[in-house]
Amino acid sequence: MNEERIGVYVCHCGSNIAGTVAVEEVAQWAAKLPNVVVSRDYKFMCSSLGQELVEKDIKELGLTRVVVAACSPHMHERTFRATCERAGLNPFLFEMANIRELDSWATDDRAAATQKAKAMVSAAVRRVVYHQPLQLLPVKINPNTLIVGGGVAGITAALEIANAGYHVYLVEREPSIGGHMAQLDKTFPTLDCSACILTPKMVDVAQNKNITLLSWSQVEAVEGYVGNFTVTVRKKARYVNEEKCTGCGICIEKCPKKVIDEVFEAGLGYRKAIYRPFPQAVPKYPVIDTSNCIFFQRGKCKACQMFCPTDAIDFEQQDQILKLEVGNIILAIGYDTFDPRRIPQYGYGRLANVFTSLEFERMVNAAGPTGGRIVLRDGVTTPKSVAIIHCVGSRDKNYNEHCSRICCMYSLKFSHLLHERLPDAQVYEFYIDIRATAKRYEEFYHRVLEEGTRFIRGRVAEVTDAARMPGEEGKLIVQYEDTLIGKQRRLPVDMVILSLGMEARRDSREVAQIFGLGCEYNGFFIERHPKLDPVNTMTEGIQIAGACQGPMAIPEAVAQGAAAAARVLSLISQGTVMMEPVRAHIDADKCSGCRICNNLCPYNAIVFHEDRKVSEVITALCQGCGACVAACPSAAITGAHFTDEQVMAQIEGMLWDVQPQFAMTSMETR
Amino acid sequence: MRYGYYPGCSLERSAAAYHQSAMAVVQTLGIDLVEIDDWNCCGATEYFSINLLPAYALVARNLALAQDQGISNQLVAPCSACFLNLTKTDRYMMESSKLAADVNEALAAGGLHYTPGTVRVRHLLEVIVNDVGYDAVAARVSKPLTGLRVAAYYGCLIVRPGYGGIFDDPEHPTALDKLMRVLGAEVVDFPLRAQCCGGHMTQISQEVAFEMIRRLLKNAADYEADVIVTVCPMCQLNLDAYQPNVNQFFGTDYTIPVLYFTQLMGLAFGASPIELGIGKEFVDARPALDKIGVALPLTEAPRRPERPKEALPMPRMEEE
Amino acid sequence: MTATAIAARAPTFLEEVIARTPGESHLERCIQCGTCGGSCPSGADMEHTPRGLFALINAGLRELVLRSNAPWYCVSCYYCTVRCPQQIHITDVMYTLKRMAIDEGYYTESTARDAPEFSKTFIDFVESNGRSFELGLATAYHLRHRPLNAVGMVPMAVGMLRRGRMDLVPTRIKGIKQLQAILKRAKELGGAK
Ligand SMILES: Cc1cc2nc3c(=O)[nH]c(=O)nc-3n(C[C@H](O)[C@H](O)[C@H](O)COP(=O)(O)OP(=O)(O)OC[C@H]3O[C@@H](n4cnc5c(N)ncnc54)[C@H](O)[C@@H]3O)c2cc1C
Ligand code: SF4
Ligand code: SF4
Ligand code: SF4
Ligand code: SF4
Repeated sequence: MNEERIGVYVCHCGSNIAGTVAVEEVAQWAAKLPNVVVSRDYKFMCSSLGQELVEKDIKELGLTRVVVAACSPHMHERTFRATCERAGLNPFLFEMANIRELDSWATDDRAAATQKAKAMVSAAVRRVVYHQPLQLLPVKINPNTLIVGGGVAGITAALEIANAGYHVYLVEREPSIGGHMAQLDKTFPTLDCSACILTPKMVDVAQNKNITLLSWSQVEAVEGYVGNFTVTVRKKARYVNEEKCTGCGICIEKCPKKVIDEVFEAGLGYRKAIYRPFPQAVPKYPVIDTSNCIFFQRGKCKACQMFCPTDAIDFEQQDQILKLEVGNIILAIGYDTFDPRRIPQYGYGRLANVFTSLEFERMVNAAGPTGGRIVLRDGVTTPKSVAIIHCVGSRDKNYNEHCSRICCMYSLKFSHLLHERLPDAQVYEFYIDIRATAKRYEEFYHRVLEEGTRFIRGRVAEVTDAARMPGEEGKLIVQYEDTLIGKQRRLPVDMVILSLGMEARRDSREVAQIFGLGCEYNGFFIERHPKLDPVNTMTEGIQIAGACQGPMAIPEAVAQGAAAAARVLSLISQGTVMMEPVRAHIDADKCSGCRICNNLCPYNAIVFHEDRKVSEVITALCQGCGACVAACPSAAITGAHFTDEQVMAQIEGMLWDVQPQFAMTSMETR
Repeated sequence: MRYGYYPGCSLERSAAAYHQSAMAVVQTLGIDLVEIDDWNCCGATEYFSINLLPAYALVARNLALAQDQGISNQLVAPCSACFLNLTKTDRYMMESSKLAADVNEALAAGGLHYTPGTVRVRHLLEVIVNDVGYDAVAARVSKPLTGLRVAAYYGCLIVRPGYGGIFDDPEHPTALDKLMRVLGAEVVDFPLRAQCCGGHMTQISQEVAFEMIRRLLKNAADYEADVIVTVCPMCQLNLDAYQPNVNQFFGTDYTIPVLYFTQLMGLAFGASPIELGIGKEFVDARPALDKIGVALPLTEAPRRPERPKEALPMPRMEEE
Repeated sequence: MTATAIAARAPTFLEEVIARTPGESHLERCIQCGTCGGSCPSGADMEHTPRGLFALINAGLRELVLRSNAPWYCVSCYYCTVRCPQQIHITDVMYTLKRMAIDEGYYTESTARDAPEFSKTFIDFVESNGRSFELGLATAYHLRHRPLNAVGMVPMAVGMLRRGRMDLVPTRIKGIKQLQAILKRAKELGGAK
């Protein structure tokens, strides 16, 4: 038996814990555990009164260890460590038992929950005895920041940080920044012209000395930790020398190869094999799409090179691999729209006059393929009737369960634009619910109602060209139930627009893997806390902003970009962060020099001393993952705060109600 | 390749031609279909409306027989309704141990027991397309159906809801189209390919049923199909036998023969029409078959209207 | 909802329908979008669309539901089931409603009252022969329930006979006694989901 004096505090958390766990009973029971000198229960341990209770006991009863049984350490471990510190106790002599998320919230069974709470308290009491006083490690923050994704969220974040005087690397995988917003015509609910408000910001990015813009580039690997990341970026060959190119565009004009532009024009228009997605592209330099370039495919052509006045075309250019040192990272890779080919009954791809919402955005855009004329797929006929179908790929367990939040609003915007451009056309909106919930949205809905759009409540069952009746011949027929009158109906129209939902980027899981983030079930990145920490992630030093976090409109994407920038700036101005001292240490006397741990370390933190034939952990590089600790055959490696003694004591504590002889065996095999 | 075979009541008589042609075709393809001894009716769409447990027990007796007779662990059903009932019973017995126990208690009264999941039920089309494969079928084609305009009609239950696993798209299936193309036929677009033939509706409300049949006939006629090809005896019966009634009811004059896919396969393999049970349909198939008999170059198919140069590009689709 | 909470009060009509449908029907999560009602091939002729029925079920309007012709007009095409955004087993629910309408006698008041008779006649043949019998079915059903129609159907029946597509006598399976024993036991067990 040792000398430690432990205080145990069991929290009610209002009724969150006390509703299911008999907290008084647990506290009374814990009072009898070895080394426990005081055990209390209290309504809210995290309140200042609760914390004062602990401080007072430390001082008056001479506690040397503290256990709080409450919520998740993610919530309040820091709080109680600080409490201990204030009372003069090293903060690492504290242990938290999570009897809320892992217990009271997981079951309705009071007896079982109480039993489990006892096990968890017992585990914490046994473990904390072996805790050692540790000190937080200060880490310097590199003031450079990496931003991945140059949509409106990434652009906003980049400008905020750059304007504060710090350097930003903005990595964009397309030839230009701008993201989806650059494709849009007008923006709801104010109807400002999307390009007019976005392009000035894009130009600011291009001109800001503090921003290094790496377009046509992709992040391939990330190493390190908050304050000190090393990022590998592949800057793909553009085959255009950026030093020489003036952006005159003659090459594009002369290029003989025309291909469908699946990205910027959403498949509705064409571009050349050497191209710039749109005239205001930033940067202005074109790129050669090698899979379509006649020279790359057949070895002949070089028209662009022939005509370039500055000799900027360089067919020999190679991809460049760059290593960037940054302290913080912001991910703003945005979203993809749902692929409507997955819902064959809506006919996209089979029925010519079924369009996606993005196609329609390009169509109404004066800079788009039709110069802003609204026409059918034949390129000439003006539609007299248009049906807009909501919730395509959203609110549907077969595709995406979530509501995409923006499609109601952009559908209303389409109605308005249709009325404006084609006053004679009849416009129908097929909806389940109209979700117009942000500032000025409901008012916009009312405006569209007054403009004469016909709203039909019913999710469309199918769109077909199979006419049943004479009036349907040659039209697209929308079949649906008008749920407000309870009748199945068919409506012949000229044009159908599918309001596609927002999805996570198709490669979001791979991106998450590179950056060590988590994804939701539907691929969107997980924030640290859905309410209190929406732009932070579980990985220190990595923030998320914009539609990669979940469906959102431009104002929220902008707000998140700015919020993420504020987070980064706050860390930069602190200069250092304190890191958990959870690090591995190799006992040189026990190390046999087998080198098993050397290659195992994902952070390359272990060096081998040839002279002494022993390995050593470089504390500054170690991240405390524990891989080496478990692997060492000589048991020479210890993880601070996760020593064998601590972990075994915790397990034994957890098994307090198991038959003693069984517990003994488990001890012996150790 | 050896499989258990569950023909179902229709193939005994009203769809005997389906049975006959299926047998001819599988023989050519080297498939052995061995009929389950003493099988009983699957209950069609009726039994589940009346009494649930007997409905499952009725189907399960067949599964138990298939399991016990040890022909193969795979059972082929050419009728889509039988296919549905057999797969549904197996699936639900697998999902609910209570249902499995009850059904087995009923089966025990007849000395039988069925372990869910032991018999894999397949539709004949799926076996031909997946197990034999298009290439092997193509290799047997000696008299390609060149020039025959075919509307490939799937109906409901072969593709929906997929109790036995999804075999083709439930909204826009294409397997039969591909098979027909392999036989050399010209497959027309047929948007209503997976719509309902009306099922038992002819017995319940003729107006409703005739309208469902009319839609299908109109759609096939709009695309100038010479023949509708089916994978289900119920679809064949509704579209074929009721076609005169539909014409009378709506004052239309559709004369589109409705054949089983196995009959067209047989013709392409060089079998004689009689061998394949052709001639039992209400709507005469001869004018359509004349077309392939005389192998005349097709009267020019209606050409797609040329795309004007202002035309916007069509969205790209995966190759079928 | 926990099982104990339900047991504490009489089940709602919705809960009853769910309880009588095999597996997880998920009917409770209908969002009334109308995809089913729009997809249904006979939807235009139903007194209530499937969605409409589910709203009535939720409102507890038992008689309206069980008297509706809608379940009987369901042709089991499964379009609604595969399209429902909430993955509700709609076709199975339609079968449940048919059984409940028969059990509670409401169907005789429905405009589709012939439908259950058709099902019953069909089943009679299956229960006595083990196979269905089209001629017997058509004659028995039409003579009993739609004598006027029966005359109209004669040419079609004759056509079937002439083409050898219909039998004059039913086929009977060897194991009919075994089958009957199984069905008898199943009916006794009944009530199972
Ligand atoms: C049809 C339609 C109409 C809309 N209309 C409106 C409207 O009127 N008003 C409104 O407020 N909102 C509207 N929206 C929503 C708006 O598009 C989004 O809110 C906004 O674009 C989100 O910005 P973002 O920066 O988060 O993402 P994005 O715009 O998607 O930008 C992400 C950027 O990251 C880049 N990227 C992606 N992956 C990588 C990677 N791995 N590495 C490097 N870069 C990468 C992309 O190329 C892109 O440039 C509309 C959406 C649609 C579909
Ligand atoms: S022609 Fe030369 S300078 Fe002009 S845009 Fe092309 S590469 Fe640049
Ligand atoms: S915002 Fe509107 S259209 Fe979009 S998924 Fe939600 S409800 Fe459907
Ligand atoms: S499709 Fe599904 S969710 Fe929609 S109304 Fe029908 S049952 Fe309800
Ligand atoms: S399964 Fe029945 S209710 Fe559902 S769409 Fe088909 S006919 Fe209508």
